[in-house]
Amino acid sequence: MIIQDFRKTAPLRGEISSVKLPTPEVFSLDNGIKVYLLNSGTEEMMKVDVTFEAGVVYQEQPLVAHFTSKCLIEGTEKLNASEIAEQVDFYGAHLDTINTMDNAQVSLYCLNKYLENLLPVMQEVVLRPVFPEEQINTIIAKSREEFLVKMEKVDFIAQQAFQTLAFGKGHPYSSSIVAQDYDKVNSELLRNFFRDHYFQGEIRLFVSGKLPKNTDTLLNQYFGAHPIFPQSHQVIIPATHHKPVEEFIPKENAIQSAIQIGKLFINKLHPDYHKVKIMNTLLGGYFGSRLMANIREDKGYTYGIRSILLTMLKAGMFFISAQVGADITQKAVDEVIVEIEKLRTKLVGKVELDLVKNYILGSFLRSADGPFAMAELVKGVVEYGLEMDFYNNFVKTIKNITPEEIKQMAVKYLQPESLIKVVVGKK
Amino acid sequence: MINFEKFTLDNGLRVIVHRDESTPIAAMNIIYNVGARDEDPEKTGFAHLFEHLMFGGSINIPKYDEPLEKAGGENNAFTSNDVTNYYLTIPEQNLETGFWIESDRMYQLAFSEKSLDVQRNVVTEEFRQTHLNQPYGDVWLLLRPLAYRVHPYQWPTIGKEIGHIQNAQMDDVRAFYDKYYNPNNAILVVAGNVDTGEIYKLAEKWFSPIENTGKNERNLPVEPVQTKPRFLEVKRDVPANAIYKVWHTCNRNHPDYHATDLLSDILGNGNSSRFYDQLVKNQKLFTNLDAYIMGSFDNGLFVVSGKIANGVKAKDAENAIENELNKLATNLLAERELDKVKNKVESTMVFGRMNILDKAMNLAYAEILGNAANVNFEEEKYRAVTAQKLRDTAQKIFQPGNCSTLHYLKKN
Repeated sequence: MIIQDFRKTAPLRGEISSVKLPTPEVFSLDNGIKVYLLNSGTEEMMKVDVTFEAGVVYQEQPLVAHFTSKCLIEGTEKLNASEIAEQVDFYGAHLDTINTMDNAQVSLYCLNKYLENLLPVMQEVVLRPVFPEEQINTIIAKSREEFLVKMEKVDFIAQQAFQTLAFGKGHPYSSSIVAQDYDKVNSELLRNFFRDHYFQGEIRLFVSGKLPKNTDTLLNQYFGAHPIFPQSHQVIIPATHHKPVEEFIPKENAIQSAIQIGKLFINKLHPDYHKVKIMNTLLGGYFGSRLMANIREDKGYTYGIRSILLTMLKAGMFFISAQVGADITQKAVDEVIVEIEKLRTKLVGKVELDLVKNYILGSFLRSADGPFAMAELVKGVVEYGLEMDFYNNFVKTIKNITPEEIKQMAVKYLQPESLIKVVVGKK
Repeated sequence: MINFEKFTLDNGLRVIVHRDESTPIAAMNIIYNVGARDEDPEKTGFAHLFEHLMFGGSINIPKYDEPLEKAGGENNAFTSNDVTNYYLTIPEQNLETGFWIESDRMYQLAFSEKSLDVQRNVVTEEFRQTHLNQPYGDVWLLLRPLAYRVHPYQWPTIGKEIGHIQNAQMDDVRAFYDKYYNPNNAILVVAGNVDTGEIYKLAEKWFSPIENTGKNERNLPVEPVQTKPRFLEVKRDVPANAIYKVWHTCNRNHPDYHATDLLSDILGNGNSSRFYDQLVKNQKLFTNLDAYIMGSFDNGLFVVSGKIANGVKAKDAENAIENELNKLATNLLAERELDKVKNKVESTMVFGRMNILDKAMNLAYAEILGNAANVNFEEEKYRAVTAQKLRDTAQKIFQPGNCSTLHYLKKN
């Protein structure tokens, strides 16, 4: 083998000095629905998202918001479910419904040339769903079966238990459910939820891609005439003071345990958010993170471990989750706490911090690549009433954050004695 | 249309360059012509374990991920029964870092006992997480050996059993590397706002000095034609009965491939598919029912899998599947339904071209299958499939003797 010394030196790297942020074109339809257009891209394809203030927080009993959104495509005044599905598939499109804690969203992905064929279908789904009883009951029964399968999975059981401990039972932001909840939902509840919550509050359209010239006219034609009631429903979010509890749920025959450790947290609206996001990345937010380096790459306890920040309009959550060998469950939990303590007591070194900063910048650059990704960025601030400047501040914070600030964040937010710890499987 | 240029280095490494000026991100994809099908039947799961070891450090770079993350990049890899594929995305100005780290691990991997030890454990946990510790997780551990008697597709990429992974020795690891991780057994694709001249220089600098140490001559046993139906029933602690049926089909390069793929779309792709519309929604026999093909490089499988609705007998559910298959083998498809599945293919392809990494991967895949240029003819091949061709292909595939069936039932 010939010695190849040139390989010892890393090639020069360039700095990511700025990230080019998109500027959406904003206008209103005749009825006041706000539209955010992102016209870019190279392929003749586009995406139309419409969002409603109709997420889980607005429901009065579990699963109602979820099934209302899911069943929008199950039949309308003019089209039955099969006709909707056939038309969408015929034009090679996707019509998805998504339900989050705060919002309901209907998304259409399509080739530009079929936009005019598909908007009428989307309009039906969004404006005139009928929630036919028999079909709805089938969907609910099917979902109940899927739920039972998921309840056999340790990670899902852990998520559910964690939600309940963090928010408390029945809290608007708690997504924990039991099988009996499926028996209490019916088509009438969905119709009522639709009537009371869609078209009440802010409705927004996010349209992205290499857009056809007549896009704005078409949007107005299909969505601009329906009356809307811009006054939002006020949901009372009860104060949450969760206790730092430990819960162990045994699962017979489990060969791995699921662990979930975390707490309620600050969200996007908090001035510390960018800093804790960087801290979180360092801890468990990328492949080379401290949790991965220790618990996977050094100890081999798990296939993967990560820490996550969830942000909702009026709540936030931080948690670490992994599935680990049943025999070393406690050791894995201990190592998680060791890593948290390390963040709180020791300053991160320059080499590691530089790496994390560059990684986050690169990752942010990727998240702004392409029209659909850009639309997600725009949506991510608009919903919170923030401006695109939010991202400029993020980039600034990444560049300027110091080891001391990271430690401060860990001291301020990650007291080990404040954490909820859930283990499902074996101890 | 994905434009590209192609050149081959003296050591046999094929390099493909795609230029897309619209993105600040560059993608790099290296595909190695080795997969689980190349494994010793007594040492299965090895190609995948090796993929993990490729991140354990190379001669000049102790940790693969570190310099990449420092350059704002991100990477991953996967192993299939056919190939092992490594890919990364990175801000374009730092592309050379990608060349450095990828060429170093092709040049000389650092073999450490610690890395092997840890990755044996990590993969063991992966085996448990994906194949054992969840309902229906072991399906492919049962189905593959049922369908394949001699071809190495009889085991999944994770391996036949955990023991094979735990017994992996350093000597095996070295031998595997020497045999398969060579420039003439790999294809490099670079995509982004780059030009071929620049990529040629970088490839010459970083990859040309790597010598070939082995030659990969593949000589796999051919699966004999299956003539009798096969059946297996297992009982497990699961909440719903499930049924799996597989039929042997052609390979990825066979002229029947596109018709076979469209047949699976007609049955299982989207809410208007026959399975969903008829058997799930109308007849309520299943809570879900899928149809797909494996897309294997050697002769593959057509798969139907579904969860049977509560109270429905497995036999009745199975008859309903057979009935749908018979319709495909007997009747000609209406024009609108044929157009529908083709339109879906078209939009899937356009969607795939919106992402720089997808484009790089598709080029690499097409090249390893024979010719990168084929990436631009795929849609045409789907468009050319006729109703007659679909019916003929369905007749050929859905023979009772060609089928293996697994009933995966709940205890009690």
